[in-house]
Amino acid sequence: MNALRSILVRRETGIAVMIVLFTVVVSLYKPQFFTLNSLRVILLLTPLVMIAAMGQMLVLVARHVDLSIGSMLGLSAMVTGMMFRDMPGIPWGLGFVVAIGIGALLGLVNGALVTLFRLPAIIVTLGTLNLYRGLTFIVSNARQVDRQFIPSELKAMSQTSPILGIPWIIFMAFAVALATYWFVMHTRVGRQIFALGSNPVAAPLRGIKVTQVTLLVFAISGALSGLAGIMYASRWGFVNPSNTGFGFEFQVIAAVVIGGVSINGGVGSVLGVVLGVLLMGCVAAALPLLGIPGTAQGAIYGAVILVALLIDRSVRQQGIAGLRIARA
Amino acid sequence: MSAADTTRNIAGREAAPPRPLLHVILVRPETMTLALLILAVIVASQLSPFFLDINYILRSFTLSAEFAIVALVFTMVIIAGEIDLSPAANMALSACLFAWAQASGIPMPVAILIGLAAGLAMGALNAFMVIALQLPSIIVTIGTLTLYRGLAQIIAGDKSIRVPDWFIGIDKVLVLGIPVPVVIFVVVSLLLGLILAGTIFGRQIYQIGTNEVAARYAGIRTRRIKLVLFLLMGLVAAVAGMMTASRLGSVRYDLGLGGELQMVLMAMLGGTYIFGGRGTILGTFLAAWLLVVVSTGMTVANLLPAIQLTVLGVLLIVAIIATNFIYSRTQR
Repeated sequence: MNALRSILVRRETGIAVMIVLFTVVVSLYKPQFFTLNSLRVILLLTPLVMIAAMGQMLVLVARHVDLSIGSMLGLSAMVTGMMFRDMPGIPWGLGFVVAIGIGALLGLVNGALVTLFRLPAIIVTLGTLNLYRGLTFIVSNARQVDRQFIPSELKAMSQTSPILGIPWIIFMAFAVALATYWFVMHTRVGRQIFALGSNPVAAPLRGIKVTQVTLLVFAISGALSGLAGIMYASRWGFVNPSNTGFGFEFQVIAAVVIGGVSINGGVGSVLGVVLGVLLMGCVAAALPLLGIPGTAQGAIYGAVILVALLIDRSVRQQGIAGLRIARA
Repeated sequence: MSAADTTRNIAGREAAPPRPLLHVILVRPETMTLALLILAVIVASQLSPFFLDINYILRSFTLSAEFAIVALVFTMVIIAGEIDLSPAANMALSACLFAWAQASGIPMPVAILIGLAAGLAMGALNAFMVIALQLPSIIVTIGTLTLYRGLAQIIAGDKSIRVPDWFIGIDKVLVLGIPVPVVIFVVVSLLLGLILAGTIFGRQIYQIGTNEVAARYAGIRTRRIKLVLFLLMGLVAAVAGMMTASRLGSVRYDLGLGGELQMVLMAMLGGTYIFGGRGTILGTFLAAWLLVVVSTGMTVANLLPAIQLTVLGVLLIVAIIATNFIYSRTQR
């Protein structure tokens, strides 16, 4: 009974129920939503967001925020795309190394500015958001990398499937999620991120190397944005200096906070974030069916962030009230 | 004013001797801003002789006057220890509502009122989430920034809405040879500067930003003051949005896109302390001119907009590091 109750009050259950309710309501209205094809559409919308969301989750858990992920995605995708264009015959797998490496480097710059100068992450990443976007234009001379330059093996990852017609990139996204799960639940550093976020003052007293952990968190966020960058090239087959990754941060933050990651740090689960990403995917896939124009997406992301904040707050208050009842 | 204040505070303590007045004046972020401004003008005038023409600079200023006006209120919000990233999106949504209302036949004064009311309402929503619900303003305003911009996109779609001809061209109207947006900016600067430095209300804003708990125990109505600031932010953003509409002659949902960076940059370059409790309107005032000279200088030097974006990003990080360094060197 207790086990059942603890499952029911979990945040993940709440999001799962929201996904089911949403699917049922939309399917009653538009039966074609409840098909395997729309499941495929939903899954195809999610991999980029899911990968970047894992990094953003770690950053938020450590009580920071990373607004620059869209620009890191754009810059690493651009450099990788240009490498494919200007060095034909280069092994396509190398693109992953380059994209992840560049992303990690950019993330490390964010982390270094935040830790060394003790600056708030919001301002630093607002600065680098514009800085990295500008650099994307500079390295590319404001030119797009066109479809014919992206290796066909890379593009095939978004189309061919090992099993059940589900493309490779979706398996990769879930692999990243699993790896993140293992990292945060079963490694010392992973647990230290949570300790740091729940109490930044106590963390150094417990022997946690705050600087290193913070640098690591931002580097991971950057590396995963880089991975999302090369997946962008795979998924869409081009890299554009102004479109690639633009406004991506809001999608990711919306998915992460609706997935139950607390903006006050220290709280968040991989399962919750995965469900949050899927919920946002469901919403995005349902919009065209419901006849809502794509222009409404931005407003929906914003509303989702605010709703998530409200849920977060009421959960926190109930938690405190619950404690009081338990003590009385 | 605040220099004298600092001296008095230090004299009040027994341990530290008062710093020499020259030191107090020189080691201030605003001095850095002024020095940079002079440097920027000298460099820019080497690039183009236009920079020695005051009319050219005034005309260039009208391009970012709207952001500069909002940045003044933004400075006060930062000093109070909060942040509001939504005003640029607020500008877009209130301008879109206003343009949409007048395009659908609602009389102009009513349409303007609708725009202003929308701005106030957006400020009120921010205030409600931050003050009543005690949510961190950083994430709240990231959420509302996305929401407001998204709503503007729903209203305007991909089209641009025209405003009537007589409404166009606020930046071409001159008062004593000075474009109206610049006049508004200067008047608002004077007004807010006097309020912030010279009234009890203004000093209380500093106290909230320095230590909110202590301020509350000292009997300051912290919630009410923050409410006033967020509402003022919303209203001023709406006015700025309509000024932009008048300057551009039409309204699109991407009006003021990227304005967050400009506003944060003006406040940070002006020496506002990001963690609250320090900063002046004078600093932001100087920084606005500095930013205009730098941006115009880059345009005159034929730098691509993308490179300008990079420069602004670097400038933001350098400004905040420099400001924090200066404050760490001076006593509170």
